[in-house]
Amino acid sequence: MHNRKSCISIQHVYKKFGKHEVLKDINLEIEEGEIFGLLGPSGAGKSTLVKELAGLDVPTSGENYIFDEKMPTLKLMQRIGYMAQADALYEELSANENLHFFASLYGLKGKKKKERIKKVMQLVDLSDHLNKLVSNYSGGMKRRLSLAIALLHEPEMLILDEPTVGIDPVLRKSIWDAFYDLNKKGTTIIVTTHVMDEAEKCDRLGLMRDGTLIAVGTPEALRKETNSESIEQAFLVYGGATS
Amino acid sequence: MRVIALTKRILQQLIRDKRTLGLLIFAPILVLTMLHLVFNGDDYVPKVGLVEIPETMVDQIDKADAEVTLYTNENDAQQAVRSGEVDGYIILDDATTPAVFLEGSDPSVNSTTLRWFESAFGSLQQGESAGQLEMDYLYGSRDMGSFDYFGPVLLGFFVFFFVFIIAGVSFIRERTTGTLERLLSTPLRKWEIVMGYVFGFGIFTVIQSTIIAWYAIYVLDMMMVGAFVYVLLITLSLALTALTLGILISSFANNELQMIQFIPIVVIPQIFFSGLFNLETISDWLSWVGPFTPLYYAADALRDVMVRGHGWSEIYVNLIVLFGFSLLFMLLNGLALRKYRKI
Repeated sequence: MHNRKSCISIQHVYKKFGKHEVLKDINLEIEEGEIFGLLGPSGAGKSTLVKELAGLDVPTSGENYIFDEKMPTLKLMQRIGYMAQADALYEELSANENLHFFASLYGLKGKKKKERIKKVMQLVDLSDHLNKLVSNYSGGMKRRLSLAIALLHEPEMLILDEPTVGIDPVLRKSIWDAFYDLNKKGTTIIVTTHVMDEAEKCDRLGLMRDGTLIAVGTPEALRKETNSESIEQAFLVYGGATS
Repeated sequence: MRVIALTKRILQQLIRDKRTLGLLIFAPILVLTMLHLVFNGDDYVPKVGLVEIPETMVDQIDKADAEVTLYTNENDAQQAVRSGEVDGYIILDDATTPAVFLEGSDPSVNSTTLRWFESAFGSLQQGESAGQLEMDYLYGSRDMGSFDYFGPVLLGFFVFFFVFIIAGVSFIRERTTGTLERLLSTPLRKWEIVMGYVFGFGIFTVIQSTIIAWYAIYVLDMMMVGAFVYVLLITLSLALTALTLGILISSFANNELQMIQFIPIVVIPQIFFSGLFNLETISDWLSWVGPFTPLYYAADALRDVMVRGHGWSEIYVNLIVLFGFSLLFMLLNGLALRKYRKI
């Protein structure tokens, strides 16, 4: 896996909100075609970091490079799909209208647009509910529709902020199946989570705490290195807690 | 293309939200109708008492426009005023000059009653010799009521008020539901967001202002001597200002309630400077505010067209100022959006 090309390069990134330091000297390389998980408790700075990768924020100092170009640029944003913690859907509109709207923002037109909408709705298993108003959707359906929208423009990189939070295990599995599907086709996926068992599903993990990246590696390597049986234990060891 | 997509989405949302749609169109119509009924209702008929007035005189008094009651002593009359049977009485005891006593708690009733006394007894004293003054009007006419004078200002105010609220609240919703962040994670430019909003709500306000202005002028018979097209042009420019200001103000509010809190600060004061009250009587250290409020220009232009029948040459300065306001607010909106994305 390590012979692949790096597609994200985070270099000495700091982020301050007022006096509060949210990110401290983050250095990270993410490779093309991997599923990279950012694991850490809430408040660790995961969301801030992925927001910067999605182009919605800029570091106080340091640089983020995506596909060898410095973020943020509008051109890069066309190649990235971002799904935030909030579902971010227009509830008054139908799923179809939501999809059409966002597809237009990504410059999709006519036949291509319709094709993509059909395809992403199949992927998230919502094809039967295309013309329903979003306000009539269940929580899980909204989450999947939100994912579908992030996939509309066939992004080379998918950034997902806590994609399965508050979702039942069955649905979580189906969402992860969708991720594996996309990953097989070459999409790089960056996912944040604070659920430890979800971390096991990633190719590589970055453990974050208090704005610093405390360890990076495959789940297996992280466990081995700390002689722990689970990622949770490994996290505690890296975090400085004695076990 | 992206602007069109945004415009289309805003219109779709508005059409789905029947209640808001109703509020935007029927609320101004309802309030204008009520004001029309309030201002153009029947004149108040004063209830007056005559105390110790000689019968020959009583016969001569023109008793139209008042309910007249005769009293033989002042105590009875005073009792009647106290119980609200009459609004005031006039007494002519031994002196030649009559004395008036009023209930006095309602200024408008006071003045109507006084006016009746004046005309009734004035004509008695001067006889029929006073003669009638002939009057001509540069603008307006003798039939012009308060509603005709307030009307243009109110028309502008309602358009401003409702567009301000709806635009502000929908932008806040865009922020709180996270859709703004999603919009900004696409290659959409910030000015495209602002323009999408301007077009979306702009199209809607054309329809809204047409209906409201049409109703006020042709159904409520608000005074209208100028061209309808100019009225539309002015309300539309005002709506544009309200829209861009609403979006701008919404970036200082964290939720819908905080948006509502801006009404007494941003919207209501504009009424005071819009010409609803005479600007010259406003205290000097406050009157300078007027030229900074968009409604000031819109109301002036609307009155020029509706009451004075002026055309383009009189209103274009006002329109330019309104567009200037909108442009300024749009630029500031672009800056305010930098909070959410730097590019």
